[in-house]
Amino acid sequence: MNQRTRREAYEQRQRKRSLIIAFLSTSVVVGAIVVLVPRLPRWDRVRKSFFDGEVFADSFPRLLRAFWLDVQIFTWSVPLIFALSLAVAVSRNTRSPALFPLRAAAVIYTDVFRGVPVILTIFLIGFGVPGLFDSRSWSNPLIWGSAALVLSYSAYVSEEIRAGIEGVHESQRAAARSLGMSSSQTMSTVILPQALRRIVPPMMNSLVSLQKDVALVSLIGPIEILRQAGLDKSNAANFTPYVAAAVIFLAVTIPCTRVADYLLNRERRRTGATAVS
Amino acid sequence: MSNTTHHPAKLSLRGVRKAFGTNTVLDGIDLNVAEGEVITLIGASGSGKSTLLRCANLLEPLDDGEILFDGVDIAEPGLDPDPIRRRIGMVFQSFNLFPHMSVTKNVAIGPRKVLGTDKATARAAAVEMLTRLGLGDRADAYPDQLSGGQQQRVAIARSLAMNPEVMLLDEITSALDPELVGEVLDVVRDLKADGMTMLFATHEMAFCREISDRVCFLHQGRILEHGPPEQIFGDPQEPRTREFLQRVIDAGRL
Repeated sequence: MNQRTRREAYEQRQRKRSLIIAFLSTSVVVGAIVVLVPRLPRWDRVRKSFFDGEVFADSFPRLLRAFWLDVQIFTWSVPLIFALSLAVAVSRNTRSPALFPLRAAAVIYTDVFRGVPVILTIFLIGFGVPGLFDSRSWSNPLIWGSAALVLSYSAYVSEEIRAGIEGVHESQRAAARSLGMSSSQTMSTVILPQALRRIVPPMMNSLVSLQKDVALVSLIGPIEILRQAGLDKSNAANFTPYVAAAVIFLAVTIPCTRVADYLLNRERRRTGATAVS
Repeated sequence: MSNTTHHPAKLSLRGVRKAFGTNTVLDGIDLNVAEGEVITLIGASGSGKSTLLRCANLLEPLDDGEILFDGVDIAEPGLDPDPIRRRIGMVFQSFNLFPHMSVTKNVAIGPRKVLGTDKATARAAAVEMLTRLGLGDRADAYPDQLSGGQQQRVAIARSLAMNPEVMLLDEITSALDPELVGEVLDVVRDLKADGMTMLFATHEMAFCREISDRVCFLHQGRILEHGPPEQIFGDPQEPRTREFLQRVIDAGRL
């Protein structure tokens, strides 16, 4: 079986051809940027204020330390988002008339928090809710900033979970109910395990997006990376800290995106047909 | 419709009506199933066979009529269907196995969740049931790794694991390749030998003739004709029944 089939030989020729074409077109584009951008009339000034090596080196460790706060906010928000969105999604799928208020609340919640920009939610909750308490310990912007993120993102993620639940075929429910399982047993043992498997990829996308939006919490106070970059920018009178912050974000989001794509492709391969070019 | 036996009916449908919108699917069904009796439902697609079975398992609410199970009306609106369903087994045309569970877990999950059987006991009983249906060596496989015939046998095992008093079989061989039909029908044959009460919708006329105590011909939501298989297949009275059987013969299925 060492002999290559006609198809394999053809595919190898095609791969070689694609590789050469991709290499040439990439060289042309990158070459054009490298040659043309520095020829723009004010390139020198932009280079000095955005790509200053010294400012970068000075600011980078401080930004990295500030980024730790972003990581923390992200880390405690994710399980909360998962729990809340699961609860909302399951509430929306209940059928008992007694639970109508719960269903209605879930619908209103998703409509409202999906419709309001994340940053507005952060402002309204971050500045509004602490006013309800006398004690200063409840005015920590980290708590309310995180709460706003959780509320915003759970609205999206709950819709993803709901789509996953509805994607499980009705016949699965029929099979479970015909065994005598109650509707909640059916949900927890038959429907949810299948639904959650399907929604891992879209959920990964939401997490990548959350990872960036954590920076918005800085707008109500905490000194995380975006805020620190702003301070450094003012001190150095130079925009390079923003570029440095962007580099740090990319170092995290790009690997996350790749993992999400990998999961998405694997799921597609598992459930779908041959890819059509 | 009177019983052919003297036993009281195990399952009894009286004036059952069901419509989807303006489309009347069951138009006054009367049917008694005695304990240990095997009744097959035949008729064209859309004649109401599947809906009748789904109604009998309360998967579809009735519009009118009653279903007596051991003399108790189970179709009463508002009744909790779960305790009734666990006494009635159902097998579906497209198997409906749980794809995320191993075959053994598929069979054990009913007793575990519904009857509260402990995990080890339920597992052992599941493996025993699978072995009885000739699937002992596939106990750890997942449904997608099995042939259609094997999947359908697992579905039957899943249903039998609950020790049902009545089995409802909904065109259980219609989704199978012809060479796989036999292995599933063998299981039904064994069930009959064990005295299981069965209500069986099917297109397999030869098998229907062999296994039925009584055959019901459904047409437009009514039982047009019923009787022992010799009568229905040998000397059908209704022109519709004759027409249907002629079409089946022309299609080479009898």
